[in-house]
Amino acid sequence: MIRFEPREPASLGRMIAVSVAAAVVALILASVPMLFAGLNVFEAYGLMVKGAFGSVFAFTEMLTRATPLILTGLAAAVAFRAKLWNIGAEGQLYAGALAAVAVGTGMVSGPSYVLIPLVVLAGALAGGLVMLGPTLLKTRLGVDEVVTTLLLNFVILLFVQMMLEGPMKDPMGMGWPQSEPILDGAALPKLMNRMRIHWGLVIALVSTLGVYFLLKRTVWGFEIRAVGENAAAAKHAGIPVTATFVRVGLLSGALAGLAGVGEVAGLKGYLTADLSPGFGYSGIVVAMLAGLSPIGVVFAALFIASIFVGADSMSRATGVSNYLADLIVAMALLCVLVSGLFLRFRVRFIGVPRSREAAE
Amino acid sequence: MTVRSQEAPLVLKLEGITKRFGGLTANGDVSLDLGKGEILALLGENGAGKTTLMNILFGHYVADEGRVLVADPSGELDALEPGSPSAALEAGIGMVHQHFTLAENLSALDNILLGTEPLAALKSSRAPARKKLDDLMARSGLSVNLDTRISQLSVGEKQRVEILKALYRDARVLVLDEPTAVLTPQESETLFSVLKKLAGEGLGIIFISHKLAEVLASSNRVAVLRGGRKVADLQTSGCDRRQLAELMVGHEIAETAREPGEPGAVLFSLKNVSAGGGRDALRDVSLDLKAGEILGIAGVSGNGQTMLARVISGLEPVRSGELLLEGEGLGSLHARSMIDLGFARIPEDRHHDGIVGAMTVSENLAIESIRKPENQRFGLLRFAAMRTRAKEMIKAYDIRCQGEDSPARLLSGGNIQKIVLARTLETEPRVVLAAQPSRGLDVGATSDVHRRLLEARARGAGVILISEDLDELMRLSDRIAVIHRGELSNAEPTETLDRGTLGLRMAGHGAEDAA
Repeated sequence: MIRFEPREPASLGRMIAVSVAAAVVALILASVPMLFAGLNVFEAYGLMVKGAFGSVFAFTEMLTRATPLILTGLAAAVAFRAKLWNIGAEGQLYAGALAAVAVGTGMVSGPSYVLIPLVVLAGALAGGLVMLGPTLLKTRLGVDEVVTTLLLNFVILLFVQMMLEGPMKDPMGMGWPQSEPILDGAALPKLMNRMRIHWGLVIALVSTLGVYFLLKRTVWGFEIRAVGENAAAAKHAGIPVTATFVRVGLLSGALAGLAGVGEVAGLKGYLTADLSPGFGYSGIVVAMLAGLSPIGVVFAALFIASIFVGADSMSRATGVSNYLADLIVAMALLCVLVSGLFLRFRVRFIGVPRSREAAE
Repeated sequence: MTVRSQEAPLVLKLEGITKRFGGLTANGDVSLDLGKGEILALLGENGAGKTTLMNILFGHYVADEGRVLVADPSGELDALEPGSPSAALEAGIGMVHQHFTLAENLSALDNILLGTEPLAALKSSRAPARKKLDDLMARSGLSVNLDTRISQLSVGEKQRVEILKALYRDARVLVLDEPTAVLTPQESETLFSVLKKLAGEGLGIIFISHKLAEVLASSNRVAVLRGGRKVADLQTSGCDRRQLAELMVGHEIAETAREPGEPGAVLFSLKNVSAGGGRDALRDVSLDLKAGEILGIAGVSGNGQTMLARVISGLEPVRSGELLLEGEGLGSLHARSMIDLGFARIPEDRHHDGIVGAMTVSENLAIESIRKPENQRFGLLRFAAMRTRAKEMIKAYDIRCQGEDSPARLLSGGNIQKIVLARTLETEPRVVLAAQPSRGLDVGATSDVHRRLLEARARGAGVILISEDLDELMRLSDRIAVIHRGELSNAEPTETLDRGTLGLRMAGHGAEDAA
């Protein structure tokens, strides 16, 4: 017989242990379909590790993939901390990318040290503004932000497609729906020669420290935590709940917008409608896996990125579809959600008591 | 009233129950007997282990040591399977929890039958069940309309459904966890007369309480728990209030009483205030609060007290009328502006509105003044200063916690209230609004709350005390007004009022009816 008993709040160590355990269980569960596909599981995971960590190129590729995930993960984490359920990081990412392209393809000219900050700022602003609407609808009219942010993703993606087919289409693009390339002076510089890894990673890591500092050390962070944990008590204590939601919404959207800036100005160079393979949605998994901790987001993003990059590499070697990566990521989210149970309850296995015979 | 003779057969026996949670011993070697037809009061402060003990009895928890014995219908004592609520039900133990376990969207009848009918029956035959329940209601005096949805019943009626649910399953032992916590005084009296009737028919009853008056009035025997151990097991007839209180707290208790005072000028007024809508609305309410007085507001819950408290807390806009502080209108109301004007607000639901459970004690002590220079500089929190001040307040207000960095939700209700008191009263407010400040608190914590309110009064603050407890109001208030259906009567000096008059006004009869 299994019994659940409530337990005291989890320590940091236990929270980390549970997240790691969730990741491991996800890998174990994902090995079942791998067996069905006729793979040697150990060999396949070996290939994945090699694909993500096996060489300088593999490692930098993994970091490049982790860059947008850190930012969308932070976007989700900071919003979820305030119980503002921003499911729209994907759309905000595209809004950020669109703004970066608009500013970075010749709207303004100047030296790099002017252009790059402008591009970054434009992207963050665009992402933030996209999130402002759902936030105000929530605070003014009580509209559920899960619905509005989620549906805005599709609106924005269609808008991007329209722009790429129309006003922003590259005349030199051989008819492909893509934007003009970002000016060299406006692109984020590479971090290493002949590798794709770029300054977006630095932006992501600085943002991480910024969010950590904000939540931990500042009045605004205090207010975000208070509103998220108990909005009624926060309001009673005189904390401006609406203003706090607006701040969080702007920040969350801006972080997702920065992810778009990195992808377009650091990696691809131009905008297409398939810029993001769902970084916005994966960011939610990253944030949950990180237990909504900003520092944890970095590690969770590295894990998810190595799954994606490793699975790509493994699928090239074995011929198994890289959808496996999506499967593992989805399993990881489910495992994290289930693991919440273990954080809150102690599980006890109890033998059938002897007194049953006496009772009958 | 049936007094248990020593020979009454036992229906329940707890032997040496010990339960530990981590390092905390919730129950240490507790033994308890219950005879047929006996009403046993389980008395103790919050955190004394009463509820844990009953949860072990009912199988929600498994005891680390000890066992539970229940009499079968023939009177033979058998060991109860630990950790199984269904075994407890089968053995004839019924439990009425403090928070009811009813499905809101089903009828009373459905709730009572839930779990007693076979899952796969093609049609459920309700007629015999209805007959049995009608019979039970007639015998016990518990009357409920069986076809009403739970969501439309009052709290007292829901409790009756819970009791009927247990009786329908032929309970021979009935356990009630703080049954009067949610009831009005009149409803409580009805409940106890029903319980006495049921005991007369042979039901063994345990009720958990920390209210001395009802224990003395309604139980045959009283067992006192303190710190998880049983410190006394006495016939109620030989006990008095003071003795039980001291057994419960473990030391002598200073009685709080109001010294006669000299109220000053009018400090804070409501002029023809209407606010909110529905049952809890305020209708044309006026009051004048003087400096250095406690103004009591009596009333049965749900008559507008919550709205009154929300308006004065700055959480609810007024529809018409105005609030005046020292003669000046306050304009639009916000929690922030009320705090800044020197209002201390002690919320009615301290868990919901008083603290952020996941934040630390220190953070909860600073939350109302987080933007004040003592807590922040350039938007950065001053943790060291916050901690130092938290340590001082923890000491001054005797907040029992594992330190200023422990999460506030781990604290007991009394200590949570002390956090609220500390952070609101520390700033020497001009006006104190205390909404149900001692609801659900034990004797020790209640006397702390009262002392703090009297100190604020002595300092010259005006205190508005909203309470459903007439004893509390009569003891503390200089003047008392009664709220009924959102209308507030004129406040009259406490000396000119008695419980009877107040009770009539709370029920909606005007002053002229009482005369």
